[in-house]
Amino acid sequence: MKLSKTFDKALWVFHLNSGSCNACDIEIVAAVTPRYDTERFGIKLVGSPRHADVILFTGPVTKKMKDRVIRVYEQTPDPKVVLVTGNCGNTTGVYYDSYAIEGPIDEILPDDAHIIHVNGCPVRPENVINGVKEAWLHLEKLRGDNE
Amino acid sequence: MNEEKEDSTYEVPIGPIHPALKEPFLIKFKLDGEEVVGADPHPGMNHRGIEFMGMHRNPMKVIPLSERICGICSIVHQHMYTTAAEHAVGIEPTNRARYIRAIMCELERIHSHVLWAGVAAHEIGFDTHLHFTWKIREEVMDLLEYITGNRVNYSMWTIGGVRRDITEDMHPKIFETLEYYEDLYEKLEEIFLNDPSIKMRTKDIGILTEEDALSLCGVGPTVRASGVKKDVRIDQPYSAYGDLDMDYVVPSRYGYEDKGDVFSKTLVRLKEVLQSISIIKQCVEKMPEGEITSEDNKAGLLNKLKNMGGEGIGRIEAPRGEAIHYVRLKEGEEDIDVWKVRASTYNNLATYGPMFMGEQIADIPIIAASIDPCIGCMDRAEITDVNTGETRTYSEEELHELSVQKTEELVDGGIE
Repeated sequence: MKLSKTFDKALWVFHLNSGSCNACDIEIVAAVTPRYDTERFGIKLVGSPRHADVILFTGPVTKKMKDRVIRVYEQTPDPKVVLVTGNCGNTTGVYYDSYAIEGPIDEILPDDAHIIHVNGCPVRPENVINGVKEAWLHLEKLRGDNE
Repeated sequence: MNEEKEDSTYEVPIGPIHPALKEPFLIKFKLDGEEVVGADPHPGMNHRGIEFMGMHRNPMKVIPLSERICGICSIVHQHMYTTAAEHAVGIEPTNRARYIRAIMCELERIHSHVLWAGVAAHEIGFDTHLHFTWKIREEVMDLLEYITGNRVNYSMWTIGGVRRDITEDMHPKIFETLEYYEDLYEKLEEIFLNDPSIKMRTKDIGILTEEDALSLCGVGPTVRASGVKKDVRIDQPYSAYGDLDMDYVVPSRYGYEDKGDVFSKTLVRLKEVLQSISIIKQCVEKMPEGEITSEDNKAGLLNKLKNMGGEGIGRIEAPRGEAIHYVRLKEGEEDIDVWKVRASTYNNLATYGPMFMGEQIADIPIIAASIDPCIGCMDRAEITDVNTGETRTYSEEELHELSVQKTEELVDGGIE
């Protein structure tokens, strides 16, 4: 991994809660605040999916959020990587037998979506940062930088 | 009907995807120019059917599910659920467990209130304060991780007591953290209560009168800021709270007016951090020796829960106010018969009506945040679908931008 290539563009992240319990969400915010401080790498939470390179999904996707999740995914410009944080987004976790859950996210997004799984219930901030790094490498691959 | 008046108002939906709140939630505002004339919350985006799932699992399996109702108040939901289940079958937690439970609840209150202060500062455009409060919040997270092994979702509770002890060699770390907060407290108060530009954005905004607070059945710091003396820890003591020295935190106790505006709510939450520190100290000092759980045999406990019917209630003071769990067990059935959760935000949401009335669009974010809404906790009821109709939309970013702009304008215009 060449550092200059990796750092040529700051990675902007859009956080989307699709019905999670808040635990992953506060850990994501913890990752951007001073203790972990991802903003020093240019990793930044943005307010609109249209500005984002990475969508940070949390939650098992509730019935009401399903359409909105797809809309946000479609609004994000390519190339994009989807970072699914937390066990409930990846596998629906403890909510596996609920009537109100449409997830996991793999089944909702199109088949060609680039998904990176970050596990933990909730994820630790270190793990979120590691996931973003993985997303970075993946984006590089999509752009053909590392070949 | 006056048609002209009808035309002058328009609707602004906010949410469900909101960069500031981090939770899916929709409020429809009716506006007349810049002024809010109506607020209509539409919950249901975060409905995961938790009660339904709980009613298809045995009482022990519901403990980890109950803490996943909400990641910020995972301790209180576990606490209420286990209390309700204990009540249903007549199990008493040990005395040592009662004290450990109280300590954990107060540690969570500190982390929740400090987190709220950061979010509130962010809503009015003071991101430096957001980063400052989240930095100091990490200290209590470290302590929680030290005691339980995880930063969030602690799995500390069990029916009959707790699963991990707070031993004497942990005391120095606990006192060290409490001291850290006591040292910093003055600075926090200086920032949130004395800073002129923050005062301009919080004073006389989002007022909830004592009368409205009572008639709308609000709970927790939201109504204590209006001078309503209501706190389950004192009114109906649970855990170790009956043995401790504490008083209602209302603004008038500290020489401020019981106004019920955003400023009073900030004041109450900050003072509760101090109160929590004092409670933890008392608990650590008074903690009795003994077992941490009265039911060591898990298989036996499960059998007992299966064979004994009954119903129970767990009622505690969460960081956001009073919350209740109800559990009914049926004799001879392994799964829970009925499980009902009523979280504090459900009550407090009704107070949005009078608080938003007559305020400006730019004040919406801070007022919305002032009750410390926790949608994950609240979304239990299925609500009929939202009729979007024809509406004019502000994006959340624009809204946040407006709020920040108002602060800038106020500061530029000279501080009173």
